[in-house]
Amino acid sequence: MSPRDRAVEVAGQVRDPEMPMLTLADLGVLRGVDVERTTDGEEIVVASITPTYTGCPAMGTMRDDLVHRLNDAGFPRVEVRVVLDPPWSSDWISERGRTALREAGLSAPGPARRPAGPVALTLGPPRLAPACPRCGSTATRLVSEFGATACKALYSCTDCLEPFEHVKEI
Amino acid sequence: MNDDHGSVFDGLIGGDSAQWAFGTDFEDPLAGVDTTVPDGVDHAELAAYCLMLGDDALIMSQRLSEWCSRAPDLEEDIALANIALDLLGQARLLLARAAAADPVVVPALPEGSPVPAEDALAFFRDAGQFGNVRLAEVANGDFAHVIVRLLLFSVSRLALLERLRASIDTVLAHVAAKGVKELTYHRDWAARWFLTLAGGTEESRRRLVTALGDLWPYQPELVATHPVELSLARAGVGVDPATTRAEVDGILDQVFAMSGVARPDRPPLEGEGGRTGRHGTHTEALSGLLAEMQVVARAHPSGRW
Repeated sequence: MSPRDRAVEVAGQVRDPEMPMLTLADLGVLRGVDVERTTDGEEIVVASITPTYTGCPAMGTMRDDLVHRLNDAGFPRVEVRVVLDPPWSSDWISERGRTALREAGLSAPGPARRPAGPVALTLGPPRLAPACPRCGSTATRLVSEFGATACKALYSCTDCLEPFEHVKEI
Repeated sequence: MNDDHGSVFDGLIGGDSAQWAFGTDFEDPLAGVDTTVPDGVDHAELAAYCLMLGDDALIMSQRLSEWCSRAPDLEEDIALANIALDLLGQARLLLARAAAADPVVVPALPEGSPVPAEDALAFFRDAGQFGNVRLAEVANGDFAHVIVRLLLFSVSRLALLERLRASIDTVLAHVAAKGVKELTYHRDWAARWFLTLAGGTEESRRRLVTALGDLWPYQPELVATHPVELSLARAGVGVDPATTRAEVDGILDQVFAMSGVARPDRPPLEGEGGRTGRHGTHTEALSGLLAEMQVVARAHPSGRW
């Protein structure tokens, strides 16, 4: 296995600090892993990550986790770069990631809006209500579009009466 | 717990301070991002422009943060904190972009101070050096007040960032593209609460109308043009806020029509000699806000957090 393939594999196992059922790769936050050579001929792993939301406070922890894991795997030099473009979209969460979310009792996001021009005001319910990840009922109610982390909204199921978190479409 | 972090005590004896939950030191929010200023763009103007948009977000974020634990219920408390966090993230990028464009704007700190440029800009400038619109700094009132403030703010900022996505400065364009997604949620939340309060009880409607009247004089400043904004708009870097006026009015009229609340008829709050927040001329409220926000950082200019 080439150093690059090994670095990709190691970085691909690092989990999101706030949604540990997902790897950074499944969340779509890990944008690339490469091995470069510095001018003095040393190998350096360059990992690129993008924030889910601009103010995401977990960026520092993600960076540190990537550095530590890669260090432990025998890559002493690691650089983590921030990528702002294109902006993260919930559409980038992988199928495996969506399954992991559902298994953990979270509702996975639907397709994101992609406005190019002026954004229309949404005054009604923001979207088709997500199905309850526990009982599958579609009789669910939005409690708040803002949840315990920037990327989640709060819903509750009017059938099984359980509250649940929904990963927002952005 | 995973075993990525070793012993938490390692952080106490030097070593890698990033082992703490959010790190005890800072990271550059633009690490690895190309911050080259496009050819022909004036560095000082670009920095001043980034400070205006960054200060809007920073000061608004600080006021929204003051709501923490004071909202009518937990969900709305969390909503306000989330919105504040989004804006703080935008402020960090914009202040860091200002520092990268023209390092002269960053206040000087004692030699060896580990305080990064974005923090030096946030904590070591005085009120007259802030370029935020005055709407952001007004002291908090009741819940209707914060809903009206956020509606006016987010309607304008969203219209501005939509256009800023086309900036020839790629950092600004990318910050804007991300901000549009966030502001869409902020604006929808504020607009829905506006309708809820308008259609709630007599008391909730009375408070809403009062807050709208009180804050309306600050609204024209959101769509007014500062010379730096005009100059950078011509260079393809910035957006002239006056070009957002039709869209801003259209969205606000939509909310007013649905809520049956009349558009207020109050004159704009004039600045001293025509100078407003963008010129660094602020209301008294900003000094109090900054005193609280900056006091700890200023007491320890070489502190490591």
